[in-house]
Amino acid sequence: MGSRASTLLRDEEIEEIKKETGFSHSQITRLYSRFTSLDKGENGTLCREDFQRIPELAINPLGDRIINTFFPEGEDQVNFRGFMRTLAHFRPIDDPEKNKDPNVSEPLNSRNNKLLFAFRLYDLDKDDKISRDELLQVLRMMVGVNISDDQLGSIADRTIQEADQDGDSSISFTEFIKVLEKVDVEQKMSIRFLH
Amino acid sequence: MEDFGNIVCSAFIVWLTLVVGLIVLPAMFGISLGITEVYMKVLVKTLEWATLRIQRGSKEQQKPTTLVSNGIILRDDGSMEKEITDLRKGRSKPQINGEFELSDIFYFSKKGFESIVEDEVTHRFTSEELVSWNLLTRSNNNFQYISLRISIIWVLGVCIRYCILLPLRVTLATIGLSWLVIGASLVGLLPNSRVKNWLSELVHLMCYRICARGLSATICYHNKENRPMKGGICVANHTSPIDIVILANDGCYAMVGQVHGGLLGIIQRAIVKACPHVWFERSEMKDRSLVTKRLRNHVADKTKLPILIFPEGTCVNNTSVMMFKKGSFEIGGTIYPVAIKYDPRFGDAFWNSAKYNMVSYLIRMMTSWAIVCDVWYLPSMIRQEEESAVQFANRVKAAIARQGGLVDLSWDGGLKRAKVKDTYKEEQQKSYSKMIVGDDSS
Repeated sequence: MGSRASTLLRDEEIEEIKKETGFSHSQITRLYSRFTSLDKGENGTLCREDFQRIPELAINPLGDRIINTFFPEGEDQVNFRGFMRTLAHFRPIDDPEKNKDPNVSEPLNSRNNKLLFAFRLYDLDKDDKISRDELLQVLRMMVGVNISDDQLGSIADRTIQEADQDGDSSISFTEFIKVLEKVDVEQKMSIRFLH
Repeated sequence: MEDFGNIVCSAFIVWLTLVVGLIVLPAMFGISLGITEVYMKVLVKTLEWATLRIQRGSKEQQKPTTLVSNGIILRDDGSMEKEITDLRKGRSKPQINGEFELSDIFYFSKKGFESIVEDEVTHRFTSEELVSWNLLTRSNNNFQYISLRISIIWVLGVCIRYCILLPLRVTLATIGLSWLVIGASLVGLLPNSRVKNWLSELVHLMCYRICARGLSATICYHNKENRPMKGGICVANHTSPIDIVILANDGCYAMVGQVHGGLLGIIQRAIVKACPHVWFERSEMKDRSLVTKRLRNHVADKTKLPILIFPEGTCVNNTSVMMFKKGSFEIGGTIYPVAIKYDPRFGDAFWNSAKYNMVSYLIRMMTSWAIVCDVWYLPSMIRQEEESAVQFANRVKAAIARQGGLVDLSWDGGLKRAKVKDTYKEEQQKSYSKMIVGDDSS
């Protein structure tokens, strides 16, 4: 009469995930429930179709890019650890007083890592630069057929011009950070978890 | 061996007589002997005790209680325009309407991740999670071993449900359905007259009452003065095929549906002899205008029973009401909305047709504790002149959702199987485009 959820998720695993991502015990269990309910194939991993089955995600203009962030290079399945690791980017930023341990590397949900996550949504070929082409492609995803190529092109040009400081006609991560330094990343790239 | 055979036979006959005498006959005449009431009282007390024990048990074990609260996350309800404008506030440049910002991507990614963690739709197609375990194995998702006493009660429960209740209920269901087929066919032999209609209603009512006893159904009807009248259309939220039994216990309806083969086909052919139901061939269902015409003809005839339609088109899990298909609201006539809400503590009525076929579903129903539900008859509604069918459908849906305490969703129940239409994505893209080029271009 044990519970199905915890027999598959051992306490040691929960502890490891807690250390790696910073989620609390109850959050991890609830997210595991969610993971298993999305896993229609019941094999412990999610594939892209499992994500596309969520209607609200399927109608998100950047739905495919978002789904991609769960799948590292060349893989088609993501397990629960990978799922949590990606979700961890959206955890609210911790109180800086709490994490004074110098041995722990920068948490996944730090301001820097959140910005890096957003940067990677633009950087399609993962060359650490947002080129004009990449920006155009992402813009096209967001606006659909409603804006002409020319207009979109000039929007992309203007954006790169404003951000580009070293004159290479593309946006590097440092330039990206500079452009967004006044944005409330903490709140806008965080999901408020209950308990 | 013969003696043994005789004993078994006589035992069976005695048992059958008891069942017929104590349950079937009173059910047919709408009288209650009070057996079900006693059973329900005992059941409620047991479940309450079990709940307290489980709560105490989890406190003792100091495991964090996984509260099934109303959600995992708190979402912002702002519109796209508001959220993106908020995002742009940090910029030092003055805001010109009609501009793209690199930070816009935050809005879409946050919304995307929120929907991955929790969305409104996907959990409507699986059974509702319970706050506290109700001693049924099937609803045991997050509950752990608590104490010996609970385990004993659970084992006892299993024995009672499978060895006593299940055979009893199967017998009742068989009796009920056979009576329906035989009785309806007999009534069908009579010439059309008032007597025939009266008898047909009687046969239907009796059979559904027996079937309801066969599920240990406790139904509470509210606002009976709003009950659907002849020549109207009765519209209700759909959770399972049992909805029909629940509603037909208190009134007679004309059913609408596709012609089936097998057992269901036999029942369909029999009951249509007694009074007019509307059965369609599979090929006819595709022709929307034909369907509407036949239904309209039925409704126009004020002597015919009200039609029963479930506009969601599919079963959902009774926590929400999903999009009502506009077809039923184009027929005309008076709509009588009905809200049905099951109490999930006693049994999970939702039919997850992807997971269970009809037979497994019925066995699950018959091995639950009981089916307890509330039925509210809402005041009738008519389509207003300026209202489109879709707006009317939404108005009726909102009324049903409000009465039943269900969430009112505009998502299509068909999303259970089909993919979402691209038009919704295109709408979002259009709104966003307006934001970055300003209002001068259309």
